[in-house]
Amino acid sequence: MIMMSEQKKTKGKLKLNKVTKNDLITYLMVVIAYVIVEILLKTGNLSSLLQGLLVPLCTYVILAVSLNLTVGILGELSLGHAGFMCIGAFSSALFSLGLKDSIANEGLRFFIAILVAAASAALCGILVGIPVLRLKGDYLAIVTLAFGEIIKNIINAIYLGVDSHGIHISMTDTMSLGLEPDGKVLIKGAQGITGTPHDSNFTIGVVLILLSLIIINNLVHSRTGRAVMSIRDNRIAAESVGINITKYKMIAFTISASLAGVAGALYSHNLSTLTALPKNFGYNMSIMILVFVVLGGIGNMRGSVIAAVILTLLPELLRGLNNYRMLIYAIVLIAMMLFNWSPRTVAWKEKMAEKLKRTKKEEV
Amino acid sequence: MSFISYLVTGISLGSVYAIIALGYTMVYGIAKMLNFAHGDVIMIGGYVVFVAVSNLGINPYVAILISMAVCTVLGVVVEKVAYKPLRNASPLAVLITAIGVSYLLQNVALLIFGSDTKAFTSVVTMKNITLFDGQLIIPGVAVVTVLACIVIMIGLSLFIKKTKAGRAMVAVSEDKGAAQLMGINVNGTISLTFAIGSGLAAIAGVLLCSAYPSLTPYTGAMPGIKAFVAAVFGGIGSIPGAMIGGILLGIIENLSKAYISSQMADAIVFAVLIIVLLVRPTGILGKNIQEKV
Repeated sequence: MIMMSEQKKTKGKLKLNKVTKNDLITYLMVVIAYVIVEILLKTGNLSSLLQGLLVPLCTYVILAVSLNLTVGILGELSLGHAGFMCIGAFSSALFSLGLKDSIANEGLRFFIAILVAAASAALCGILVGIPVLRLKGDYLAIVTLAFGEIIKNIINAIYLGVDSHGIHISMTDTMSLGLEPDGKVLIKGAQGITGTPHDSNFTIGVVLILLSLIIINNLVHSRTGRAVMSIRDNRIAAESVGINITKYKMIAFTISASLAGVAGALYSHNLSTLTALPKNFGYNMSIMILVFVVLGGIGNMRGSVIAAVILTLLPELLRGLNNYRMLIYAIVLIAMMLFNWSPRTVAWKEKMAEKLKRTKKEEV
Repeated sequence: MSFISYLVTGISLGSVYAIIALGYTMVYGIAKMLNFAHGDVIMIGGYVVFVAVSNLGINPYVAILISMAVCTVLGVVVEKVAYKPLRNASPLAVLITAIGVSYLLQNVALLIFGSDTKAFTSVVTMKNITLFDGQLIIPGVAVVTVLACIVIMIGLSLFIKKTKAGRAMVAVSEDKGAAQLMGINVNGTISLTFAIGSGLAAIAGVLLCSAYPSLTPYTGAMPGIKAFVAAVFGGIGSIPGAMIGGILLGIIENLSKAYISSQMADAIVFAVLIIVLLVRPTGILGKNIQEKV
């Protein structure tokens, strides 16, 4: 993988092929956006409302890009993406809270926390993927939804505490943990985790966005990525040329889950109180990420980034629009699908494309 | 005795799931799509009855008829506007559109009625039945719900077996192309399926809100998804399967709420779905379909 990316880089310098150029434009776009925001921050031109929105924005972008890997490249609809984010958020918050005093260096602690989040979400992705990826289409979608809800329900029921005897876990209440007087309750069931260190910031968020984009783009252009896309386009044909369907589906699904976990870590370290509500880790969140992916173009990573930014900022900038935010999301979903697939609009698009071509020719 | 009373509420809740699952199973059988918005049609049905009874003072039974009419029209309109243009599109596109419609209905209801919980007055006037000197109380709503479910099930089975339109529905679900060649109006049949499913959803909405008298724009979402679980459990495309799946699921949910954990009840219901899909993906009464190249 590393070799391949290096190869690509040297190739990029000699002769930029179209794919590399496209990826570089995406990275450049993110960097430019970052520089602009930093300049605005330094000159004090950014309202506190927008400042508070920066880290969630990075979270949404990572989520959108990672979901696009499942929906666009693997071609299966996952409605439980928020569940993986939830796993990442809680595992990393638990880690940071538990080792707050042991690891003094903020950066190092958050770095390990992100790795913890990615690993636990990936593990969860494998566990969920084993049963889920045997299914397809509507069934797969509904089962991922079910898993997302199960994850949220379990996390809402867990109580976890530490004392001198080690870690205690209970599913009923704080009292049944049986902690020593010196013990500390870390996860309080539906009350969640409080006191997570405020480690994430906009710069780390942007770095994580770039990292996830690089990981996904490299994956897509690799042999593995081509195998995954061949499964998407025709499963039976892919199987008949010797592609191990389960393995490649699993690779894509797990990477997608682990990136969602990273987004979760970013999200949880921005909040002092972390609770698993339907609003932030439920089905609605999964749908919101799906809206970003659909509006940006299924399978198009740059589109996901742009759509996530626009759909997050727009309702905040136009205050009156905030009430209609969800309604707009719904209309976006329906309109995009009708526009892309309805026979009438498809014919209209072809006609327009032809007209454009003809006018260009006439100009020449 | 408490076990029996949990069982009774379970069967009553399961009957509601069964009525909703009918809509899913019929649409899935015929249009081969998961109508995600079906659960939200229930919620619309509940709101129509609520407004008609509480705000306009209409007789509850007339209100149910109005609600059925509204939901039927809604179902057909949604099918015509959102699903029909996508008949030949990829399944992913259809599923995303259905999710969009579900979201749209929820948020339109949110804008019109607000997010506060409305107290729904039960339309069922039957008194509770007391057995064994008050040790076992069977709510009147439960009796009405189970009866309604049985009547609907028998009526629908007869409709499909005996009438021309019903037989056309079976034909379309078997093979759309061949049905069209035999002179069956495929689009009309699909519309009819949506109409029946949505009409039944209105009844389910009224029964659900009578048993659990709180109405919000999100009332329909969870029961909708659970009813889909019930439809899969019983075997998608099968009408008796929807009934068996629905009632079993209702019992499982209520018993796990009572004896395991009320928080984990939803998780257990979803675990049932996952186990069914892994062990027997066609459900209890479903037929096996082979995929061809």
